[in-house]
Amino acid sequence: MKSFTYEKAQSPAEAAAAAARIPGARFIAGGTNLLDLMKLEVETPAHLIDVNGLALDRLEPLSDGGLRVGALVRNTDLAADARVRRDYPVLARALLAGASGQLRNKATTAGNLLQRTRCAYFYDTNQPCNKRVPGSGCSALEGLSRPLALIGVSRACIASHPSDMAVAMRLLDAGVETVKADGSRRLIPIADFHRLPGDTPQHESALAPGELVTAVSLPPPLGGKHYYRKVRDRASYAFALVSVAAILQPDGSGRVALGGVAPRPWRLESAEAALPLGARAVTEQLLAGATPTQQNAFKIPLVQRTLSAVLAEAQG
Amino acid sequence: MKFDQPAQTNPIDQLKVVGRATDRVDGPLKTTGTAPYAYEQYQAAANPAYGYVVGAAIAKGRITAMDADEARHAPGVLAVITAGNAGKLGKGSHNTAALLGGPEIQHYHQAIALVVAETLEQARAAAQLLRVDYARSPGAYDLAAVRDTATEPAEAMPDSRVGDFDGAYARAPVKLDASYSTPDQAHAMMEPHATLAAWEGDKLTVWTANQMIAWARSDLAETLGLPEDKLRVVSPYIGGGFGGKLFLRADVVLAALGARAIGRPVKVALSRPLMFNNTTHRPATLQRIRLGAEADGRLTAIAHESWSGDLPGGGPELAVQQTRLLYAGANRLTALRLAVLDLPEGNAMRAPGEAPGLMALEMAMDEMAEKLGLDPVAFRILNDTQVDPEKPERPFSQRRLADCLRSGAERFGWHARRSPGSRREGNWLIGLGVAAAFRNNLVMKSGARVRLDRHGMLTVETDMTDIGTGSYTVIAQTAAEMLGLPLDKVAVRLGDSDFPVSAGSGGQWGANSATAGVYAACVRLRERVAERAGIPPAEASFADGQVRGGGGRGMTLAQAAAEGELVAEDSMEFGDLDQRYQQSTFGAHFVEVAVDYATAETRVRRMLAVCAAGRILNPKSARSQVIGAMTMGVGAALMEALHIDKRQGFFVNHDLAGYEVPVHADIPAQEVIFLDETDPMSSPMKAKGVGELGICGVGAAVANAIHNATGMRVRDYPITLDKLLPGMPERAELG
Ligand SMILES: Cc1cc2nc3c(=O)[nH]c(=O)nc-3n(C[C@H](O)[C@H](O)[C@H](O)COP(=O)(O)OP(=O)(O)OC[C@H]3O[C@@H](n4cnc5c(N)ncnc54)[C@H](O)[C@@H]3O)c2cc1C
Ligand code: SF4
Repeated sequence: MKSFTYEKAQSPAEAAAAAARIPGARFIAGGTNLLDLMKLEVETPAHLIDVNGLALDRLEPLSDGGLRVGALVRNTDLAADARVRRDYPVLARALLAGASGQLRNKATTAGNLLQRTRCAYFYDTNQPCNKRVPGSGCSALEGLSRPLALIGVSRACIASHPSDMAVAMRLLDAGVETVKADGSRRLIPIADFHRLPGDTPQHESALAPGELVTAVSLPPPLGGKHYYRKVRDRASYAFALVSVAAILQPDGSGRVALGGVAPRPWRLESAEAALPLGARAVTEQLLAGATPTQQNAFKIPLVQRTLSAVLAEAQG
Repeated sequence: MKFDQPAQTNPIDQLKVVGRATDRVDGPLKTTGTAPYAYEQYQAAANPAYGYVVGAAIAKGRITAMDADEARHAPGVLAVITAGNAGKLGKGSHNTAALLGGPEIQHYHQAIALVVAETLEQARAAAQLLRVDYARSPGAYDLAAVRDTATEPAEAMPDSRVGDFDGAYARAPVKLDASYSTPDQAHAMMEPHATLAAWEGDKLTVWTANQMIAWARSDLAETLGLPEDKLRVVSPYIGGGFGGKLFLRADVVLAALGARAIGRPVKVALSRPLMFNNTTHRPATLQRIRLGAEADGRLTAIAHESWSGDLPGGGPELAVQQTRLLYAGANRLTALRLAVLDLPEGNAMRAPGEAPGLMALEMAMDEMAEKLGLDPVAFRILNDTQVDPEKPERPFSQRRLADCLRSGAERFGWHARRSPGSRREGNWLIGLGVAAAFRNNLVMKSGARVRLDRHGMLTVETDMTDIGTGSYTVIAQTAAEMLGLPLDKVAVRLGDSDFPVSAGSGGQWGANSATAGVYAACVRLRERVAERAGIPPAEASFADGQVRGGGGRGMTLAQAAAEGELVAEDSMEFGDLDQRYQQSTFGAHFVEVAVDYATAETRVRRMLAVCAAGRILNPKSARSQVIGAMTMGVGAALMEALHIDKRQGFFVNHDLAGYEVPVHADIPAQEVIFLDETDPMSSPMKAKGVGELGICGVGAAVANAIHNATGMRVRDYPITLDKLLPGMPERAELG
């Protein structure tokens, strides 16, 4: 870990301004991802801006019937909130499928959205990795790619986004509220929040330099049956090989989003029209153009089978 | 004391303390966080500096340039130790690769430097400032690719041929010829390798985490070029080892070198990402098994061949050794082949040989039973043997494998097993599996010293280690039984090279051998006590804190030691009983799994182990050993694998997020039954080992249960869902 300076931010706008002004500045929330990466010098921020004191840890009802989730609401608290459990059970389930109790106590909403990939080569500073050192190459393409992504990827990077929570947020069409360095605020639709790697896998989100996430707003509840099915090599405390989030309505319509297969939560609204045709039709559209490696090609039938089981459960 | 005749009735047989389920005497220290592990030896040496180990960034080649200037001048840095300034180093007899590499690099993350600084954080930060240039050499990293270059490791285990395998196999009406593979595995114990080193003049003390104190001391002496009597190795508490701490490792050597360089104690722990490539691991195997049987199920031909790889000078994984002993059959062939691989050093991990060997053999037995149309339990019992199949004149000392299988089958409800792929509960396909467990019982010379003080308190000292296994407790039980004392009158001090050399912890020989050594020392002490009490030793009996002779003569042990501490020391040496009798431990594992029809995720639902392993000294800690080993067996079956990058030559998933071991949610109800048994051939304790028996066969039992659930046979471990998916039924097919 490199030495760094540290400040406790006083207000969201000041935090954003400081982050844009000070070279190498980063926000720190729960620190469960950032600190690990700093110890390995995968990340080497020169300055940390602690956002924990910013009173962004509230859940507030919105006038349209939705819910605003403060950026610093802990994963544990979000999953336990009665409104979330009643109106957005897919979100509660996704949260509880992630990490461990101890980690969820620390992990925050914004930190979870912005957590970085678990590609093993990203973590080993001896190895080439375009995301860590742009232009150095991608070790995973012909290396250990089993856990990684197969759609939305590029030759430069096939990292998957590891978050469970983000998959549910994408399913719910959440909006990410931010404040920029100049104090202006904006709302970024979750669909636009995570970027695909292209030639610049080091750029992972739509945030501008210094831009601070202040909240995630959930639209009014959708009703329906909610599912979050996470498939993994052990029963708990493991990242998803694939996950399927779904909200299914009695009339057969619904929404589907996937985790573990792409550099961001993966949802194609157009594919959802095929829901009445069954899992195969939806999967074919969702994963059309996928470029799996030999090691992770199994994720395609796995997605289809998992979705099929979810649809069957919804019907039964 | 020499043990060369079968044990007679002796004080241990009273079973007032031994054989009773006893809480670990070190438990309260562990649960209150007050047991000082190597890195927490705050009282031992004042003001230590911190060392951080730097691992090589390549698998094979040379360091062409190293610039440590920036690191040396970083804040807090006291020294940077490298091969260039460490002086001449030897290599311990148990090590394959050098513990401090450079300029030659033998494997990835081989230690190339230690950065010593005032704080851990400073050392870690400065470690990243080391600039190293390498010239890579091509290496061999893919066992399958170099399989055909492998040679017979005649020293470790030569090929063994009995009868005429080829002929008998050719003639057998029912045959199996199948290939299996097991991956490289990591010990992944909780406590990393860690050492605090302090010099006093030319004397060095290391507080470390090591299973074998005497090996650590002699290998450290060899490495540093010092006489053994200048070295003290202390390792009272060890946070798991599983064989990963059998040997001297880089933490010890580098802490010693660092402390010498700065004239101040230094402590070093390996960082977690280094543990997987810097230290040892269980080597991968490729195995081929051929079985031939008569139509009635009697095996006539057994061949087991296994290929593994290691660095030049290393050894093979002894994956065929159990096959020489487990089943009857007149015509036999077992062979190992060893290839050179430039991956990190392979070495022992819990039940080396048997653990991966039985994963293959016991799956093959399941397949063969199916071909024969026999129940797998009945098939194994049919081929049971009471003698060494290679040397029929040599009997087993005890062999109750058939009892384990039979009673386990009854207990587990084995009769409920149905044909493969035919039992379903909701979304789950359900299957039952069985496997035999087998692990040899090794005995090792072991010494101890016992001291009786004027308060009647008995202290046992031996360099035996407790790696979480319960050694403290069984040793206390043994001493208490021998001297007729309650447990709270016995103190046990372990893991110090100032104490008599013991068997150490490895190969499941620890509990039986070390307590036998304590037995020997206690026999001597009983003589001294009787002498003090004026009782002929042969007439003395020890109970309730007193020594008594004929006619009611006697005194308390405190009185016997009133004039001065009574000390006795001895060791147990084992004669040739283990040559005359084959000593092994046996068991049967039963497993029920559920496989999700949609995702092919396997979840274990029930497990039962029935073990026949001699006298069980402490049923409570023995059970802990077995359930822990069963858990590890589930890991081996379902998830554990070091993934090799075959271009760069290293294990990629080198942390606990990437190397998955079972978590609580993976482990269901586990039941362990020990058959009531004593083995007078093993030692006066009549005990054997259980710590490794528990893992032997578990992997195959899980695999066989998966086959029973799904009808699919996956012969390449671990059985992850991607290997099952292609054969899983479509929803519609489930009916
Ligand atoms: C062992 C382990 C297992 C895990 N398993 C899972 C799992 O199964 N599923 C899963 O989904 N997750 C898992 N996680 C990841 C965990 O969910 C994340 O580490 C956590 O959500 C990150 O939140 P944090 O608040 O600690 O983020 P931090 O580590 O504090 O920050 C993460 C990133 O977000 C940025 N950031 C934080 N707050 C803001 C803000 N307000 N605005 C802008 N940027 C911000 C930081 O600068 C940093 O780049 C696991 C983590 C560990 C260590
Ligand atoms: S997949 Fe992405 S993160 Fe992984 S090595 Fe390639 S570039 Fe790096």
